[in-house]
Order: sequence, then C-alpha cells, then structure tokens
Amino acid sequence: MGKNLTGKTVAIIAILVVFLFGIVGIPHGGLKQSITDRIHLGLDLKGGTHLVLEVHVAEAVASATDRDVARLQADLTKAGIVGAAVTKPDPANAQKIVVTGVPTTQVAAERSVLESTDYTSLYDVANSGDGTATLTMKVSAVRDLEERTLETSIETIRERIDKLGVSEPTIQKYGLGENQILVELPGIDDPARVEDVIQSTAKLEIHAVEGGPFATDADALQANNGVLPPDAVLMKGQGAANSPEEVWLLKRASEVEGTDFRDAQPSTDQNGRPNITFTLTTEAGDRFYKYTDEHKGSGSMAIVLDNKVREVATIQSAIRDRGEITGAFTKQQADDLSLMLRTGALPASISYLETRTVGPSLGAASIRQGVYAAVAGMLAVMVFMLLYYRGAGINADLALLLNLIILLGFMGFTGSTLTLPGIAGVILTIGMGVDSNVLIFERIREELRAGKTAAAAVQQGFAHAWVTILDTHVTTMVSAAILFLFGTGPVRGFAVTLVFGLGANLFTAVFVSRVIFDALLNKKERGAALSI
Amino acid sequence: MEFFRSTNIDWLGKKWLFLGFSLIFSVAGVLSILFWHHIPLGVDFKGGTQVRVAFDRQPNEDHIRQAFNAAGVRDAQIQRISDPSGHAANKVIVALPIGTATDAAHDQGRQSVEGALTAGYHDSGFTVEQVEIVGPTAGRQLQRQALLATLYSLVGMLIFLWFRFELIYGVAAVVAVFHDTLITVGAFSLTNQEISLTVIAAILTLIGYSMNDTIVVFDRIRENLALSRRETLAEVVNRSINQTLSRTVLTSGLTFLTVLSLYVFGGEVLHGFSFALVVGILIGTYSSIAVAAPMLVAYQDWRAARGKEMTLPAKRAKV
Repeated sequence: MGKNLTGKTVAIIAILVVFLFGIVGIPHGGLKQSITDRIHLGLDLKGGTHLVLEVHVAEAVASATDRDVARLQADLTKAGIVGAAVTKPDPANAQKIVVTGVPTTQVAAERSVLESTDYTSLYDVANSGDGTATLTMKVSAVRDLEERTLETSIETIRERIDKLGVSEPTIQKYGLGENQILVELPGIDDPARVEDVIQSTAKLEIHAVEGGPFATDADALQANNGVLPPDAVLMKGQGAANSPEEVWLLKRASEVEGTDFRDAQPSTDQNGRPNITFTLTTEAGDRFYKYTDEHKGSGSMAIVLDNKVREVATIQSAIRDRGEITGAFTKQQADDLSLMLRTGALPASISYLETRTVGPSLGAASIRQGVYAAVAGMLAVMVFMLLYYRGAGINADLALLLNLIILLGFMGFTGSTLTLPGIAGVILTIGMGVDSNVLIFERIREELRAGKTAAAAVQQGFAHAWVTILDTHVTTMVSAAILFLFGTGPVRGFAVTLVFGLGANLFTAVFVSRVIFDALLNKKERGAALSI
Repeated sequence: MEFFRSTNIDWLGKKWLFLGFSLIFSVAGVLSILFWHHIPLGVDFKGGTQVRVAFDRQPNEDHIRQAFNAAGVRDAQIQRISDPSGHAANKVIVALPIGTATDAAHDQGRQSVEGALTAGYHDSGFTVEQVEIVGPTAGRQLQRQALLATLYSLVGMLIFLWFRFELIYGVAAVVAVFHDTLITVGAFSLTNQEISLTVIAAILTLIGYSMNDTIVVFDRIRENLALSRRETLAEVVNRSINQTLSRTVLTSGLTFLTVLSLYVFGGEVLHGFSFALVVGILIGTYSSIAVAAPMLVAYQDWRAARGKEMTLPAKRAKV
C-alpha cells in the first residue's frame, strides 16, 4: 500500500527551483557573478566603512528660537511698542524666550502680537499682564523640528556622498540612540575625506561688519565700553589669506545665509588662486543688492563659514546675485566647499560616535576562511551521517544541502546582507539541521528495537520527534527574533540567517526527509528492513 | 553503526558530583571576573581606537614602539596576531584607550597611529586593514543593548517554556542557561580574551543551543510521565536522559565538529566567536543533564516534603 507521493515530490522540486533562482537569478556572466549579484555581502566581507554619527538637533532648536527672537522684536516694534526687550535668558534652555520692558499702557498691544497664530502655533505663551511674557516652545514643535533636522541632515549627507561618487551607500536613521544616523560606504577604506565632507556643517553666511578687527575678545569689548550691542556678536577668523587670527564685531543677523545660495562652483581668481564663485537666489539677490547698494564705499562685509570669518571685504559696488569668495583655500578645499554649498548646509553640526573600516583584502580573506570553515564542517558532518546511518544518511545529507539552498535563496529574495557572523549563523543552522535528523533517526531506531515494522517505525519516529523539533525550533526562533529586534550590525546579521535557516530546517528535516523515507518504503516489500 | 544501545546510568545519583563540578568552574570564573582579569571588554563596549596594521614583512615590535614614542602616542597596546595554527602573522593590532576616541575628537587616535608609523617606522611598508573607533556614547549604547538583548531573549524563552510545559521547567532551563553563560564568560576572563560584539552573538547562540538540548530532555520527561505513573520522578528523569543520550552525544559531537572547524579554519576574526561556541557547546550539553534535570527533581522533592502534590507538566500535545 504505497502512498502517493507525486504531489509532494513536485512541491519539493518546485521549491528547489524557486530557491535556486533566489540564489543565482537568471544566470548571466558566470556563476560567481550571478551569485554575488543576488547575495549582498556585508561591509565586513567586501570592505568599506561603517559610520555612526549624531546630529546635534538642539542647535537647530536654538537657531530657530534665535530667528523668532529677532522676528518678535521686529513685530513688537512694528506694533508701536517702545522699550520692549526680547531675550533668551537661559543659554541652557534654548526653548524659552522672554519679553520684558513693555510699558503697562501697551500691554494690550503686546498681547495681540503674542497671541497671533505666528507664535501660539509654536509656543506656549504665558503673559503675566505686567508687561513681561514668557514663550516656551511646545514639546510637539520641538519634536517636529528635531525630526525635520534629522531628515534634512540625512538628505544633505546623502547628496554629498552621491556627489563624491560613492556607489551604493546606505544612509539611514540608526535605531540604537536618538538623533543618530548610520552611514555605510562600501569600498571606502580610507574614510578621512568622506568624513570631513559629511561633517562640515558648511554654514556659509555673509554678515555686515560693525567694528574691528581687534586682536582679542577683550580688546573688542574695551572698544565698546565693555558692553556689546544686543544685535551684534564677536567672531574670530582671518580677514584674508596669510593674515593673523583677529576678532570682528558683526551684526548678529546675517545678510545672506546658506539657503540663499543657488549655485557654487570652484574656480580661480586673477592670480590663479583657488576660489569659489556663487550665485544667489533671485529673492536673496534683491536683498543683497539693497544692502550692498546702501553700504557701497563705506561698509564692509564678512564671509563666515561655520562660525569662523574667512574673508572680510569692503563693499565696492552694489552686488546682485553673483560673487566670489577668496578665502585662502587649497584646490581640494575649494572643490569640497563648493560641493557642500551646492548640496546645502547641514541644519546642525554632527559628531562621529563610531567608525569601523575594513580593507578589501581583509574582507576577502574573511570570506575565504568563513566559506572554508563552513564547507569543511559540513563535509565532516555529511560523511559522518553516511557512516553512522548508512541509507538514512543520504536522507540527512540531501536535507542538509536543500536546507542550505533554501537559506541562501531566502537571502537572495529578501535582499538581506550576508555578514561574517551570518556565515557563523549558517554553520549553526547546519548543526541544528543535523540535530533534527539525529532526533528523528534515533527515534526510528528506538521504535524498530521495540519491534515495530519499518513503516510503523518511520511513522512513529517522525511523529514523536516532531514535537521535540517544533519545541526546540520555536524556542530558538523566539530568541533569534528578539536578537533581530534589539540587535544591530553583527548580532542582527546572525539572527537573520538563523531565522531563515531554522525555517528551512523545519521543512527539509521533517517534510523532505519524510518523503524520501516514504518513497523508499513504497519500493520495498512489506516487512523488509530499513537501512538506518 | 551505533554507539549507545541501552545505557542505564544513574545520572541523578551523581548530582553532588555535578554540583561540585559546576561550582568549581563557576566560582573560578566569578573570582577571575571579580579579582583577576575582570570581564575583558573589547573596543566595541569599552570604547577606544583599534587599528589593525598589516606589514609587508615581519614587523619589529620594538621599532613600532619607538615610532609611537617618538610621535608621542601614549598608552598604545601592541599585539601581534597569530593565526589559529599558532604562527605569527605579519599583522599587529594597536589598541588605544577611550581618551583617543572622544565624541568631540573622534578620529584623533587613528590619525596619530598612522602618522607615527609613517614618520617613524622604516623597516617595511604597511597598510591599515581595519579601523574601529568607538566613542564613549556608542560604547555605552552597545553595552546596554547587548545586555538587554540577552535578558529579553531569556525572558522570551522562559515564557515560551512556561506555556509549553510548566513554570518550573522554564525556570530550570533558564538557570541551566545562565550557568552556561556564567562559565563561558568566566572562561573569557580566565584566558583574558576580549569580549566583542561577535562574541555576544556567540553567547546568544550557545544560549539557544543549550536551551535546545535541555528541551529535548524535558520533552522526553514529559512524554514518559504521561505514560507511566508508577515510577518516581527521579526514575523517569534518569530513564529520559538515558533514552536521549545517544542523540545528545551525536548532536553535540557533530555540532562540536562544525564549531571546531570554525575555530581552526575560520581565521582569527572569528576566533573569539568560535572559542565561545567551543566552550559553550561542551558546557551546554553538560548542563541539560547535570543542572536542568536534577533541578526538576529537587523542586518536586521539596514540594513533596511540604506535603504538596507533584506538578505534572502540561499534557503532551496530541500528535
């Protein structure tokens, strides 16, 4: 009474074909090429750089409130309120803006300014009624701003990396901490330049010069009788190439800022020194024209990059939308800086938390060794299974091979990355696969010893072992799933292969091996012995 | 071929021997963790800079050290890498303490190492093969994450076993696994090998493996308990261990074989990983028989002494 196995056999062959397709795809340009196109290798295997960086989002919040301070001051003045002072009293708490000095007669006017949706949509406004008021940025507004800052940073970094010509980079939020970004750069094994390009905030601004240069901050203070005007800041830097570091008093609000630049290109000045020519947006060009026209001949302006003065120039004529920056750059600096200006400034500065670089030769050596180890381990196991279980050993070996094909096919289909710990996960899968076969075969032997017929022993052996196999696999999958959820990098790569491997194993060790047994039993006479 | 036919070993009779054995290894590990090498954390967790340099010819460590001294690179640990067969390779790992990888000046350590070698090492050319810089924030994060992942996976398995068997089975299995982890981490401390992220993956693997082994024994106990009510629990447990012994030895032996091949051929990048698994598979196999099973019996004896009924495992699922 043979079982009809045609349907099951067809299913197994179909699965084999599907997962083989997962590994090699439609074959082209040699087997090795086909495989490496489908199975993505991790940075530890192909070489490259892995960076974790943190975006200092608090800076974006601080500069947003800075802008609102200036806007509120202007709005109050426009409403005819005299003597109001808008400040951020606590440098550690950038979310808080305080208005003081409003005459009691004008409290109503102050209230109508503060209660316009311009402010109430972003701030919780507490008006004491005696002329002072406190604006605290709403928690949701802060969170939105931080989120936007992170998104913009990711976009900016992606553009910069693309323009540097790195192929297939990964740039994404990093789950382990807040405001962190993961950057993976395959093939880059000397990341110094990329790191610099990513990290430069490239915050380029043009400020009006109110005084200076002074030798030190103290000199600058003294020249202003110890008190700086509220709308001015001190900034260090070099006014021209090869000049010493000096301090200028600049107007706090910039005339032109990062988002006003439409284009920037590296070029050379009339003396052949590298410089940058830029184009402003139409709107910024109009503003800049107005400013330079008013101050031509008398005023001077400072070009400030990342809070450092790079060039101070007298305004000789009105400028609309074109200009150049000569800031004692090297050729590479001019190239990189204009790239950054084109891609826009980062909304906040960033710092690196983690850098891992693997050279291509080490990666290749790791693949070779990992594959050798896997193949050696697997061969040893397969030979042993043949010796120990004879005929049934063939079952186990076929199941193991199929297991490996399904596992790699899964990785090809899902586009998961094979890492070094991933190879170790494959080796562990082999171990678990062997365990399932051993459990089943030992159980069948036990049943045979108890005097059952071959068919009954196979049936009982599988049935009993199935419960155990299910328990062990589900338990390990629970832990692998937790590793995947809470792990990163290597831990995760390991968990991925383990989960796929265990799934494949349930299928091959229980289903495929059973079909082979049944096929053998169909061919045998009733009561014939089983080779196990 | 068959190694074991019908073994009849009184495993539970040896419980004091097992207890002594486990105590010796755990206490040795704990003492080393507390007073000797502590837990040697790799750069992943402790933070710092680690640069792997491959020299064109056999490197001279004194010259490397001189180059570092001349460039003012302090506190550099220089370690020659040997392949698993014991031959020294032309490679060294230079490790710098956390101070060189602050979040503010992240790249400083790497630059100083490369600079010092370029300026002061003239024996042969070199290439930097691998750089790992982990700042204090990232190190703390990774430490916390590894610890939490391990704890969560233990809790997850405990809950699953509680659901499939009984609470005491889950507790016994988790205690056994904890015992394995402690001894393995102790082995890293005793041999002063660094625990890196990959080693954590290996420890998690051994947890899964040891759990697997324990469940196979528990499963048989559950099955035998459902069949015979006349035997004492100790007899049932002994019989179950003996019945599964053949599979335990085979599976452990074969898994050990694959892990050993990883240890021998896997290269030194996987060295810590495979070391943890080599130790872990031995201990994990031992603990299912010597820790988890006796705990079940001890718990039931304790309940019996207080006049309570034996808690039977959940009825075996119908197959």
